[in-house]
Amino acid sequence: MRKVEIITRPFKLDEVKAALTELGIQGMTVTDVRGFGRQRGHKEVYRGAEYQVDFVPKVKIEVVIADEMVAEIVEAVTNAARTNQIGDGKIFVSPVDEVVRIRTGETGDEAI
Amino acid sequence: MNAADTAFILICAALVMFMTPGLALFYAGMARSKNVLGTVMHSFVLLGVASLVWVLVGYSLSFGTDIGGFIGGFDYLFLNGVGPEPGGPTENLPHLLFMIFQCMFAVITPALITGAFAERIKFGPFVAFSVLWLIFVYSPMCHWVWGGGWMGEMGALDFAGGAVVHMSSGAAALAAVLVLGKRKGYGTEPFIPHNLPMTLTGAGILWFGWFGFNAGSALAADGAAANAFVTTHVAAAAAVVSWLLVEKWHHGNATTLGAASGAVAGLVAITPAAGFVTPMGALAIGLGGGVICYGGVFLKSVFKYDDALDVVGIHGLGGTWGALATGIFAVESVGGVNGLLYGNPGQLWIQFVSVVGTWGYCFVVSYILFKVVDAVMGLRVGVEDEIGGLDVSQHSETGYQL
Repeated sequence: MRKVEIITRPFKLDEVKAALTELGIQGMTVTDVRGFGRQRGHKEVYRGAEYQVDFVPKVKIEVVIADEMVAEIVEAVTNAARTNQIGDGKIFVSPVDEVVRIRTGETGDEAI
Repeated sequence: MNAADTAFILICAALVMFMTPGLALFYAGMARSKNVLGTVMHSFVLLGVASLVWVLVGYSLSFGTDIGGFIGGFDYLFLNGVGPEPGGPTENLPHLLFMIFQCMFAVITPALITGAFAERIKFGPFVAFSVLWLIFVYSPMCHWVWGGGWMGEMGALDFAGGAVVHMSSGAAALAAVLVLGKRKGYGTEPFIPHNLPMTLTGAGILWFGWFGFNAGSALAADGAAANAFVTTHVAAAAAVVSWLLVEKWHHGNATTLGAASGAVAGLVAITPAAGFVTPMGALAIGLGGGVICYGGVFLKSVFKYDDALDVVGIHGLGGTWGALATGIFAVESVGGVNGLLYGNPGQLWIQFVSVVGTWGYCFVVSYILFKVVDAVMGLRVGVEDEIGGLDVSQHSETGYQL
């Protein structure tokens, strides 16, 4: 099993969700987050004084999937979230040791 | 006594009163959230404190029988002899009405200064300073200009308080920042306004109240009041536009805070001139006010002082520009005196002398008062209290439970 964390632009959330749903993903967790990558954040100006705002708003979408779906999902998400502008975000894939569905006690792929 | 004038000035006094809570919102939105209550309180408490000082001694010192062109006498102490019948400088209004209209000016003027020392002053010493300032700076200034003192006698034009209200508070603000020093972290970390919609709301209330401030200064429901109303609006409108244009040119975006700041800059600039210039004169004064005050806010980065909410840049410089502009754009057919553009350069000289006199007196005496209060009570909150914010450290409250 793998966890896929997608950090992307807030306005891309709906498209990423649709792409994931289309591939049969049934659940996901979404968090509003702030952060920056290599391009840093943006400038704000108050009465002529400039402030560098490093942390820009992003959303983080987390899904846990079966190993064999990774390539498919990464490609679908990349296509859905891409704007070709700086700040499109990142996808992190990491191994998951165990998944338990609390209601039934099921474990592993059954519980995803 | 004139019923229409009385009705009009009653409403105007109420309008001016509303400016102080408006100012509280204007300033508080620009402060950080941990200081929102401390900042609104700086203005709001003066509705109480300054009003009392005014009715007890301030009115008498301002409008009592002239002593040497410098100060009023004690004849109206505790409002002695100030009643519902006409009196004081007006014959068309109840004396009490003139007194309370002027009271609202005495409330908002020290409140204007508070933008300079926002986010770092102790509450008690601030109140003590405000009381002393009303007695030793505001009352003499008010007497000089409107109460029969030397500045009015010299022929200086100040329709609604360019010197009395705006330059005086600007000069005191400069004294404040020199005595208090910078806020902790100033220059190294960003100090971002915590609620700009609040600031816009406050600016809107100020603009609304300013009609009472300037039109009411005609002290009658007449053509002069109408002229002042129109010049006030036109100048504010022009300054919004000129501030935004210069900002767009200089920084690339027209900002909300810029629009609010421009409005106030235009209102400040037209205040001394409102009853002496035409609407087109007001347009020029407003356009100039927006540009000059936009430049004024950068003075603090040049001279390295921390005027937290730009009182020097906007009220000080805006008032100075307005006073000088009155000497340039005044028209005899409007207010009885011609300015430079209409063949009377002498008026500009008189205005210049009034500017120097106002800045000199108000700065020096305010500086002394700040030093005295600092020595006796300590002006500045401790480092821990400053970092924790004035809301908790000075008032045992927090503004937001989010």
